[in-house]
Amino acid sequence: MTVFITRRLLQSCLVIFVMSLIVFFGVNVIGNPIDILINPEADQAEIERAIKALGLDRPIHEQYLVFIQRAFEGDLGRSFVFGEPALKLIMQRMPATLELALCAMLISIVLGIPLGMWAGLKPESAAGKSIMGFSILGFSLPSFWVGIMLIMIFAVMLGVLPSTGRGQTVGLFGLQVSFLTWDGLAHLLLPAVNLALFKLSLVIRLARAGTREVVLQDYVKFARAKGLSPSRIVLVHVMKNIMIPVVTILGLELGSVIAFSVVTETIFAWPGMGKLIIDSINLLDRPVIVAYLLMTVFMFITINLVVDILYSILDPRVRLQDIKG
Amino acid sequence: MTFATDTAPALPPKVETPFQRFVADFAESPVAVAALATFAAVLFVALAAPLISPQNPYDLRQIDIMDSRLPPGGQSLAGMTFWLGTDGQGRDMLSAMFYGLRTSLFVGAMSGMFALAIGMCVGLSAAYFGGRVDTIVMRIVDLQLSFPAILVALILLAVLGKGVDKIIIALIAVQWAYYARTVRGSALVERRREYIEAATCLGLSHKRIVFRHLLPNVMPPLIVVGTVQIAHAIALEATLSFLGIGLPVTEPSLGLLIANGFNYMLSGKYWISIFPGIALLITIVSINLVGDQLRDVLNPRLQK
Repeated sequence: MTVFITRRLLQSCLVIFVMSLIVFFGVNVIGNPIDILINPEADQAEIERAIKALGLDRPIHEQYLVFIQRAFEGDLGRSFVFGEPALKLIMQRMPATLELALCAMLISIVLGIPLGMWAGLKPESAAGKSIMGFSILGFSLPSFWVGIMLIMIFAVMLGVLPSTGRGQTVGLFGLQVSFLTWDGLAHLLLPAVNLALFKLSLVIRLARAGTREVVLQDYVKFARAKGLSPSRIVLVHVMKNIMIPVVTILGLELGSVIAFSVVTETIFAWPGMGKLIIDSINLLDRPVIVAYLLMTVFMFITINLVVDILYSILDPRVRLQDIKG
Repeated sequence: MTFATDTAPALPPKVETPFQRFVADFAESPVAVAALATFAAVLFVALAAPLISPQNPYDLRQIDIMDSRLPPGGQSLAGMTFWLGTDGQGRDMLSAMFYGLRTSLFVGAMSGMFALAIGMCVGLSAAYFGGRVDTIVMRIVDLQLSFPAILVALILLAVLGKGVDKIIIALIAVQWAYYARTVRGSALVERRREYIEAATCLGLSHKRIVFRHLLPNVMPPLIVVGTVQIAHAIALEATLSFLGIGLPVTEPSLGLLIANGFNYMLSGKYWISIFPGIALLITIVSINLVGDQLRDVLNPRLQK
């Protein structure tokens, strides 16, 4: 077990190191920040002063070493555009992204499990088939297109929901949240539905497959023979057993919801991390790009590491195979 | 099947090549045939865009800013009818879409082909040589697949910048791992078959065994993954271009057209965004439907 965890930890550190190299060098070598950040009408002395202030005059490997040293101190550089620490900018926007991602997860569970179970219990019925048709559409429609459609229908044609922004927020444990006000909820609904759509399709499929498997099991037959009501069988015996795979997979998918929020946030002008990275790429605000990418990679590696370790605790075959391999 | 006709000895046995059987199986689903026809039409439009477009939307002499934002069916000052309206620069949407489709399909197909070639070589060698090569390669594949595609593409495009070549590179990097995993999986099964053993006994070279014997037998699952992946690649390219980090404005794909139209959407000028969106949708859905049917036809477990 210790061997396994150590190996995984080392591997994760290696990946973070390699990613930091790729991201830092790539961003620094390919773009030329001097052209973008410094006023083209500035004179030579001014340009040089700016280059010095931004640390762009030093050799690239020195820039990287300084960057790494700073990164360990939690300082990932200052944004060229905002003049604030990049990490602080990201942290400021993280609650908005997390709120959106968690709402999307909630929607996909609350809607997806009943719909998937219904499709699983009556696979040949019209309802079951349309639920599956919906899930296939949810998989193949690009999410930005769905977002545009939502805005067109609900904001432009019907005019019932706001199309962009976050709305009124309220402080809760030091975080700004929007789900506690009506205005905030109205702003949250469309982006959350948009982000949820793909996961919703996934949950429907998982719940349907699970249900079809579970209803054939002996304990369901036994419950039926015992004379339990169909609603009790479905709500207690079937649902409990399909929850395990659904929840496990959704836990794994949280990271990808956060990554995909880039698209949703851009469409709905939601002030989260995703919109920040797209704006930063367009403005070539390198410290923010580097910080965002490193943060996200770090988050993913942590999620994967935790999942790997949990799996190896649950299923010893995984870690034995790994040590042999 | 060729043996099925044995019950009727009076008739000469009907000889059916594997390809004919494949076509017959595929044609069993009318939806799939319709999807294939649709995709063929889309492909034709993309290839013939310069010939069939009412105007060249990127030739500045042919467009007139006075014609901008005309609704569908509107007429230009010169008397030309814009069936799907015009965009903010006065371009005919229909022509812009034909050209956009061309770019989208080109990017999808190019990235798909290169990713397939790379993934195939990597997957085949991992499966054929096994041991350490296999372990290292599959670790890298697993690692990459643990990140969502959009994040990998985002990192690469943040590093590389905009451009047709850049986005193709990013899409190859996103996709190769899927192909590698698929090929390795089926090659591991095929490698243990007798014909590979026989070829090895005959003293054939590694290259010949891998490319002449192993490769043709791992093609079916690869074709299925390939169709699905090309649809994914087109959707991902559209998404990235929509975000403004994919293609440059000089070479607009459908995604970029949608993004341009999005700015006009809130003022009720729906057509600039909607029509390219529908074109994108038709393309992706038709490829996916063809892919679904291919999976059913090529899956040996489902064969009658």
